[in-house]
Amino acid sequence: MSEIKLTSANFEEEVLKSNQPILVDFWAEWCGPCKMMGPILEQLAKEMENKPVKIGKCNIDENQDLAQKYDIMSIPAFKIFINGQVIEEWVGAQTLEGLKAKLEKFYN
Amino acid sequence: MAEQYDLIIIGGGPAGLTAGIYAGRRDLKTLIITKNIGGQAGSASWVENYPGFEKVNGFELMQKFQKQAENFGAQFKYEEISKVEKINKHFLVKTVTGNEYQSLALILAFGKTPSNLEVPGEKEFTGKGVAYCATCDGPLFKNKIVAVIGGGNSALESADYMSQIAQKVFLIHRRNEFRGEELLVERVKSNPKIELKLEKVVTEIKGDKFVKEIIIEDVNTKAKDSVKLDGIFIEIGYSVDASAINDLVNINEKNEITIDEQCQTSLPGVLAAGDVTNIKFKQIVISAAEGAKAALTAYKYIQDIKGTKEAIFDWGKK
Repeated sequence: MSEIKLTSANFEEEVLKSNQPILVDFWAEWCGPCKMMGPILEQLAKEMENKPVKIGKCNIDENQDLAQKYDIMSIPAFKIFINGQVIEEWVGAQTLEGLKAKLEKFYN
Repeated sequence: MAEQYDLIIIGGGPAGLTAGIYAGRRDLKTLIITKNIGGQAGSASWVENYPGFEKVNGFELMQKFQKQAENFGAQFKYEEISKVEKINKHFLVKTVTGNEYQSLALILAFGKTPSNLEVPGEKEFTGKGVAYCATCDGPLFKNKIVAVIGGGNSALESADYMSQIAQKVFLIHRRNEFRGEELLVERVKSNPKIELKLEKVVTEIKGDKFVKEIIIEDVNTKAKDSVKLDGIFIEIGYSVDASAINDLVNINEKNEITIDEQCQTSLPGVLAAGDVTNIKFKQIVISAAEGAKAALTAYKYIQDIKGTKEAIFDWGKK
């Protein structure tokens, strides 16, 4: 499984109605630290392949409605959604191991 | 049992990645533990002074460094370290997620991180109006009122950049003159959208769900004032977070690791390179070179403790 590309069109289906916890990375092309997270998210999605969690990325330039709805003021911004609700959120670059540890809480 | 390596490099910026290239070429079993690829250089929009590249995106350049290190066998773990210890002849590196790695030699190359203001409200409102990267978060403050804190080049550049996006920019600095380049200072001073507030320090950041105002204090009169705004960009420079290594090696008054010409720290087997050290200029090309030096010194050290035959170095016989 690779990261799911989230847009205004599929956000409801993939995130809000998801029956698994999903980590969403809000990012933009012009943000250096966001680009640095790219390979880390890719690796995370690979390592979480057989786990009951999903990984998604949402480009806030292309989906400004979502950026506004979720009050994105600093990127990269990460939010974990469960049953359509934001359960945990944080901003700024994260490590692979840090993200794994945060996700593991929700299925172990 | 912790995983064993010849060399562990902490940090994945220009210094750490270059050390990885050189260590890999010397066939050392090398692990690079880093929070990300590129460090400060990786978040630079454009790099125009790295030889061989006329103009390149910082992260793309750093990915090339990484690829090269990987090609020579360096392994990567994306983690944050919590503590480094010396146990007998080995070094034990512990990470915040509880993993442990062990090596014969160590290169510290974890660079610098943006300094915090350390005022009430700063932590609480990070990501809710408090930001540390104008090029990242600037576009999210379109037509808003923001303040930039600081007086160096990065603060001046941020204020200049934000004036193209925001409705109004306050530039707040604790001194009455700036430390930045003349041209930039003139540009900021003559910009009608930027209001200077000099000899003022921020004492508190307030708001509800988001930042709404900051309290500033005059450094001379101690008079307090409130500034209503939507965002605050903290650009007061970078510092070394030495908490994981400060009882292992000597550091100077700026928390920088003090090294000799061969990148050796006060503890044999521990080398350091790049912005984390007391080397004066903080540049990609310099950090890369320092990383190479550290790796070659580490190689020599590892040869010695392993009792391996004298090897031929890039600069000739030792």
